[in-house]
Amino acid sequence: MDFNLSSDLVEMKKSIRDFVDNTVDPVADQIEREDKIPDHIMKMSKEIGLFGLSIPEKYGGLGIDMVGKCGIYEEIGRTSNGFTTVIGAHTGIGSVGIVEMGNEEQKRKYLPGMASGDLIGAFALTEPSAGSNAVALKTRAVRKGDKYILNGSKHYITNGPIADIFTVMAVTDPSKGAKGITSFIVEKGSKGLIIGKTEEKMGLRGSHSSEIFFEDCEVPVENVLGVEGLGYVNALKILANGRAGLAARNLGSCQKLYELSVKYAHEREQFGKPIFEQQVIQHYLAEIALDVETLRSVTYRVAWMVDQGINVIKEAAMAKLLGSEIYNRIADKAVQIHGGIGYIKEYPIERYYRDARITKIYEGTSEIQKNIIAAQIHKEYLKTVPTVHA
Amino acid sequence: MKESAVLNNQKVQTSIFTDEHVMFRDSLRKFLEKEAVPFFDQWEADRIIPRSFWEKMGEKGFICPWVSEEYGGLGTDFAFSAILGEELARVGAGLTGIGTHSNIIVPYIASFGTEEQKRKYLPGCVSGEIITAIAMTEPGAGSDLASIRTTAIKDGDHYVINGQKTFITNGIHSDLIIVACKTDPKASPPHKGVSLLLVERDTLGFSRGRKLNKVGMHSQDTAELIFENARVPVSNLLGEEGKGFSYLMTKLQQERLIASLNALVAAEDMLQLTIQYVKEREAFGRSISKFQNTQFKIAEMATEVQIGRTFVNDLIAKHINSEDIVTQVSMAKWWITDMAKRVATECMQLHGGYGYMEEYKIARRYRDIPVTSIFAGSNEIMKVIISKQLGL
Repeated sequence: MDFNLSSDLVEMKKSIRDFVDNTVDPVADQIEREDKIPDHIMKMSKEIGLFGLSIPEKYGGLGIDMVGKCGIYEEIGRTSNGFTTVIGAHTGIGSVGIVEMGNEEQKRKYLPGMASGDLIGAFALTEPSAGSNAVALKTRAVRKGDKYILNGSKHYITNGPIADIFTVMAVTDPSKGAKGITSFIVEKGSKGLIIGKTEEKMGLRGSHSSEIFFEDCEVPVENVLGVEGLGYVNALKILANGRAGLAARNLGSCQKLYELSVKYAHEREQFGKPIFEQQVIQHYLAEIALDVETLRSVTYRVAWMVDQGINVIKEAAMAKLLGSEIYNRIADKAVQIHGGIGYIKEYPIERYYRDARITKIYEGTSEIQKNIIAAQIHKEYLKTVPTVHA
Repeated sequence: MKESAVLNNQKVQTSIFTDEHVMFRDSLRKFLEKEAVPFFDQWEADRIIPRSFWEKMGEKGFICPWVSEEYGGLGTDFAFSAILGEELARVGAGLTGIGTHSNIIVPYIASFGTEEQKRKYLPGCVSGEIITAIAMTEPGAGSDLASIRTTAIKDGDHYVINGQKTFITNGIHSDLIIVACKTDPKASPPHKGVSLLLVERDTLGFSRGRKLNKVGMHSQDTAELIFENARVPVSNLLGEEGKGFSYLMTKLQQERLIASLNALVAAEDMLQLTIQYVKEREAFGRSISKFQNTQFKIAEMATEVQIGRTFVNDLIAKHINSEDIVTQVSMAKWWITDMAKRVATECMQLHGGYGYMEEYKIARRYRDIPVTSIFAGSNEIMKVIISKQLGL
């Protein structure tokens, strides 16, 4: 067992942490106020390659393994989660579909632009009546000559307002249920693609989600992503791939909350001494530290397993579940340690508190992660008993 | 309907509530449905409640009904105050400022004020023309109240106040502020140097800082207050010099009971919203209320809410009888606010992605709740009190 990160990755993490802590974090308040990532931050993020995090080197990306990706996600998770989400949704679910399922032509066409950040990716699965239950999709795609005609609507689409490339799941054969869903690459500006209103959320300011409408939207047949009828499987794969990365982003936020809380507990004085000297505060910090280390171990182990080619459906769901639960626990304790100032916007703690909440909902709710884990447990059990019982 | 067990608790509490109480609640609720509910989202967006609403409440006799008739009130018992707090909290936590004025701040004037002070201020406090605030917390003194640094030094027939207060409820609207200051900064122990002074809106040297931007309770105006050589006549001393700390301690029982009640009402409302939502929302071909996970989560929450309700109603009855319930109120304050936070988390989770969108009420409730484990004495302070009361 070797728990050391490669020296290249250590260097890369260091330079990204420097960018995140010293360039992005100082404008985190501005991002909250203006609900916008400043142009210079977007530009610099693109220049240092963050948008090409998941894309192979031959298409202009960073071409790094999962441990490397998690290392970088951890660093960008330290600051405004709106910033983290703009990049994470693009490099995660927004581009992984094309990387994993795209044909050579599609990869050549889209990936270099996505790697440089000139083209922003978004993933369009969720519909008003199909959230966790992706099989209930209503968006239809009907083939007509060399085109598919899409009709329907999506909502809560992260990066929707700024995206150039959408990975869209639509029903091509309603009689086949989950096997009648196909994924498509839909470009911004396609006829009949309408970007709806930007949704007002509790947190993740700077990252925008919107509704998307397809009104006889025309998509050329060559934009089918992967095999027709495998869209649902594709969606699951894309989401599974993102889970370790989500855990790593949460890990970065947790680490930052830990650092802020330790500092505040030493600086804040009540009853004539730093509140750190109160045993309850010490115990809160001990619990936070324990949670951070647990999450770190689980996250990097799953990433390492991905790099070894090991199937991680169960472990990735565990990491996503653990990461979001721990992030929420720590955010709550950090607010409590900070007291009144933790509830006020001029201090960053409340921002993490609001941002943390969505992590238990998006990209598969905590309940869905438990379903996935349980389904794997069941499968493993069936392998241990004679087939007659199966 | 079966949900009555958890959601219509106040109606079954015949032991506390008489017909008069029920009538008061009904007319208050009707009033709020008409005058507050339709405008509440706008007030949240404006980050303040218009003064005209305070005045409307006052006209109807809903503010400080407990004030005795000679000062313009109705002379009612604490159950009316509890009903007022509850009905305001039912609309939204942002209305807390009115409850705080009525149930927490004005009682100081009635209990410790001189006849002259009562005549001067109480009628306006009842009519809604005078809005009050109480200023204890400072940037360097939260839970550790005895360490406040704001001073009030006697100079002839005036006190000269210097210092800064923060997180002050009604900070923007307030016309009359009860300020906790050190009249004797060298007193030992330090809490014996604390006195309460009444500061009026136009006092020279008194100014308001920023309206603070909070995670939740948006329509409730919270601000910093600044005193720079603010001069107030010695006749504005509330009660006796050096007794401020003990006055505050005597009133905290009621404040914490109200805080527990408000958090409980929020939990009841969140549960009600969620029961409604899970019945309507379908996933995997059926209502999500049919999933055992949903059912058990709701069963657990309903149980906790019911325990909280039983506890709080018992404490209201005891408080009406003027019993000393400091220990139990400290228990209720930490347990119920913690419980309400758990309920907020689970209810948002059952709403899925919709719950994170501001157009759903659960998002607002979720943002409003975390401060309840911090204000009115943080939950850690409650545990300090309980353990001291247990002789530890």
